[in-house]
Amino acid sequence: MAINTNIEETSPELERLKRLYADKGFVVTSINNLINWARTGSLHWMTFGLACCAVEMMHVGTPRYDVERFGAAPRASPRHADVLIVAGTLTNKMAAALRKAYDQMPEPRYVISMGSCANGGGYYHYSYSVVRGCDRIIPVDVYVPGCPPSAEGLLYGLLQLQKKIRREGNIKR
Amino acid sequence: MSELIEMAKAAIEKNCKLNDIDVNLGQLQLSVDPANLIPVIDFVKNDPSCEFKQITDIAGVDFPENEKRFEVIYHFLSFRFNLRLRIKTQIGEVESLPSITSIFPAANWFEREAFDMYGITFTDHPDLRRILTDYGFDGYPLRKDFPLTGNVEIRYDEIDKKIVHEPVKLQQDFRNFDIQSPWEGTKYLDKGAKESE
Repeated sequence: MAINTNIEETSPELERLKRLYADKGFVVTSINNLINWARTGSLHWMTFGLACCAVEMMHVGTPRYDVERFGAAPRASPRHADVLIVAGTLTNKMAAALRKAYDQMPEPRYVISMGSCANGGGYYHYSYSVVRGCDRIIPVDVYVPGCPPSAEGLLYGLLQLQKKIRREGNIKR
Repeated sequence: MSELIEMAKAAIEKNCKLNDIDVNLGQLQLSVDPANLIPVIDFVKNDPSCEFKQITDIAGVDFPENEKRFEVIYHFLSFRFNLRLRIKTQIGEVESLPSITSIFPAANWFEREAFDMYGITFTDHPDLRRILTDYGFDGYPLRKDFPLTGNVEIRYDEIDKKIVHEPVKLQQDFRNFDIQSPWEGTKYLDKGAKESE
């Protein structure tokens, strides 16, 4: 994982420390960079498969796309997870369960909305039983378009989320 | 195959009170009154020349223009004779059908679904409550007079910290997808194009 090196608070003292310790097996960096590196490198995802998108979500975990090379592993419990992937049609009956799963996730937590249905109701936008976008229930970080999005699409969404965390991420969030 | 159908048909005609019996696309089709439903289904299940031992589905249809509004269609399968059977019956909005769970336990959830979607009630059903729609759902979604988008929509309320139900307010207007032919395009688009010319 490449660490963002152009941080503004680089001072001459830091540069001196870097030079001093570089040959002795130490790395000097800012705590922000370290935390971002840790967070982006272990985006454990909560599997919230609701429809056909769930199949593409599974493909992301298989050796062909191998999302685990980015340090992301599927977790069956929201209490282990960092990112919730809403994969599929969110119905009114499921909405309370989705919120409950989201509320159980530890901070910092992120949400990827995957596919047309989760983004805005999609094919079922005018239905009486479907939520018109999962952002009516939980805050969403990244929207992945498609019906369903390809596995590469979701992978790209995950990389976009890493980018977002690197840009905005700090201890407070 | 046709001999088996004729055999089953003859047995049913001889022993059941029917309004109509017909062979359609190689499948038997009966029409019965709700009062005769239980004896007819009991017969076709247990008679040695029928043996319709499996219930495949119970379907409902809404015909608002009919005097008896709902049609309920029972589908059966006979493994022994490789035959299928449809039994049709009509009931009005305030009437109820006898439950067939005493004959086919598998009908339990089918009848619950018919109740959920159409509001058709079944007498002597052990547990007649909604099965698919949301908890506290109001209305019967597959009736013709039920609006497609329903009456309520939900969102999470950040202040109350719970999911709230509100009247439907569509952010995007309802669109009319009356596509007749992919070559000719839609009529309303045609009209708009001519007006703009």
